[in-house]
Amino acid sequence: MDTAELLKQLTEARGPSGYETEIREIVQERFGQYADETRTDALGNVIALKRGQGLDPRPTVMLAGHMDEIALMVKQIEKGFLHIARIGGFDPRVLLGQEVIVHGRRDLPGVIVSVPPHFTDPAERDKTVPLDRLFVDVGLAPEQVEKLVQVGDLITIHRGFTELSGGWAASKAMDDRTAVAAIAICLEELSRLKHQWDVYAVATVQEEVGLYGAMTSAYGLAPTMAIAIDVTFGHQPGLSEAETVKMDGGPGIALGPNIHPQVFEGLVAAAKAMEMPHQIEPVPGRSGTDAWGIQVSREGIPTGLLGIPLRYMHTSVETVALKDVERTGRLLVAFIARLDDEFLDALTWNKGNGREEA
Amino acid sequence: MWLKRLSEAGGVSGHEDEVRQIILDIIAGHVDDYRVDSIGNIIALKKGDGSSDLRVMVAAHMDEVGFMISHVEENGLLHFHKVGGLDDRILPAKVVWIGDKKVPGVIGFKPAHLTEQNERDQPIKYKQLTIDIGTTSKAEAEKLVQRGDYATFATEFVELGLAGEGWQTVRGKAFDDRAGCAVLIELLNTQYPFDLYAVFTVQEEVGLRGAQVAAFAVEPDWAFALEGTGANEIPTPKDVSPSTRLGHGPAITVMDRSFIADKRLVRLLIDTAEELGIPYQIKQPGIGGTDAGAIHRTREGVPSVTVAVPCRYIHSPAAILNLDDFDHTVQLVRESLSRLPTIPR
Repeated sequence: MDTAELLKQLTEARGPSGYETEIREIVQERFGQYADETRTDALGNVIALKRGQGLDPRPTVMLAGHMDEIALMVKQIEKGFLHIARIGGFDPRVLLGQEVIVHGRRDLPGVIVSVPPHFTDPAERDKTVPLDRLFVDVGLAPEQVEKLVQVGDLITIHRGFTELSGGWAASKAMDDRTAVAAIAICLEELSRLKHQWDVYAVATVQEEVGLYGAMTSAYGLAPTMAIAIDVTFGHQPGLSEAETVKMDGGPGIALGPNIHPQVFEGLVAAAKAMEMPHQIEPVPGRSGTDAWGIQVSREGIPTGLLGIPLRYMHTSVETVALKDVERTGRLLVAFIARLDDEFLDALTWNKGNGREEA
Repeated sequence: MWLKRLSEAGGVSGHEDEVRQIILDIIAGHVDDYRVDSIGNIIALKKGDGSSDLRVMVAAHMDEVGFMISHVEENGLLHFHKVGGLDDRILPAKVVWIGDKKVPGVIGFKPAHLTEQNERDQPIKYKQLTIDIGTTSKAEAEKLVQRGDYATFATEFVELGLAGEGWQTVRGKAFDDRAGCAVLIELLNTQYPFDLYAVFTVQEEVGLRGAQVAAFAVEPDWAFALEGTGANEIPTPKDVSPSTRLGHGPAITVMDRSFIADKRLVRLLIDTAEELGIPYQIKQPGIGGTDAGAIHRTREGVPSVTVAVPCRYIHSPAAILNLDDFDHTVQLVRESLSRLPTIPR
């Protein structure tokens, strides 16, 4: 499948946390093409099973990428202008002048207001605009707005997928539809080769508001091991090399308290075996990803985390190198293909020492 | 209606070429003569029916606010200058088109996750921002973009209201002043008693430069500037009347920062509107400036007025205007021009 086309389809679909219906249908179809079974659980996670060829009972690996996106909601209506509440973490400074869609009785294109410089004095321009002074304008008469829009209606950012030079692309919701794309790429390739373990590909919901989909799906699946795939901070202006990974440098493989060391080792070994560019990413605590929720599900699940380098996170112009998305998908394939009994035995805290903990 | 095509074209002050070409193509068959002067204005003549010896100039500016690429960094990122009045705070997280080939780029911003609380209280300055076109070296970037290239917001024109439902509004960039250009194009479908000089000016946003030289060349007896003017209607703690408002008809300028309108022309517009039942509004005095500011003090002086289509969020990536206001502006100016020979000189 063409990665740009896949990402365009995935990123342009709507799916605010808790309202993932539109993206879910697309993901179900995409995952369904390559999986043995696909279902949706009670919270709305898409769970696709790709069976391995190992002996029953087979160990299972869960792949998790979240399909929800950050968005806005109508908080109040004042003279036809909509006050906004945030679903997930927008810096209000990136909202001025953004084109949006208000999901009222029908989809209404709108814009987040800004005051032209003609109407502001210089002192005012030296202050940020607080969230409660940001409104959405759908350009209709106040009485029309009252008929078409209700408090609680969703507002999503309207931003088409833009291909940049050098194989890069920008869009809204690259966080975390790039991971959904990487998982789809992985599933497609898995359908052409043999692997021992069962693979559960999960597109999770409600990551941006508290990792809830990851928690419930990990509980439901109780996998032997899990890999979360999310975006991570790519090098960009304003951030140091210490807090970022290189763009177009391959997936970041996370290391830290959130990560089981053997899972980390396995991912690195797979990357090295296929001479895949990759980067070590130290994560000193809360990773802020589905991995954080999955790791402590039930009695604990050995968890790893891949990060797709991304610039300008939580803006409407999240930017990635398409190659990094493909590499992440292929690294997952290589990792899964290498999973065997030996790997299962090694999922312990005392490397090579048998099964004390496993 | 040519607004969509005009809105999506690029025409930052000093590089109005794309807009100019579109307008020349449109008006060529509707005027008796036209030329492009040394600064880049289009000066088109629509001959009168011979009943009046007046020379009347109607101006709308082709240029828009935007950017110029100022520097290509070693890492392939682009720094930029602003062209015209832009509030830095609206710049983050936007897509732009650079140069004549419209190379797409994004104005990035720092992730909220890695931004300290006290930093979030700091307003954004454009010098902190860069445009990312996906290249990672200066050499690669310079194959696509040169220092000095112009850039605009990448905004598609969209209709907002449904037909027959209420307000017919549209959203797009550069309505200031492609709305005025589109009104002026419509006006050329009519013949007037006098010779009408339709002037599509350049460089309004950087100091009314085009209008100044065009007015000198045309030497009009009367002048009208057509604009897309700001409608600042968002709710404020102080409940005061907005500068102009959508859906209330064309906005007539009595006084702004650039000129005091000729009272006979203001009267003509108001009388025409009231007689014909065309809605109109008076723009709040003291805000902004238009080509009329340059025209009215040309040579020995030219009595001038500004009529505008109210637009919300001008000088931003996406403005909104009401098509009824647009149509009423065309109607009001057309009717007023026809009556112009009757007012005292």
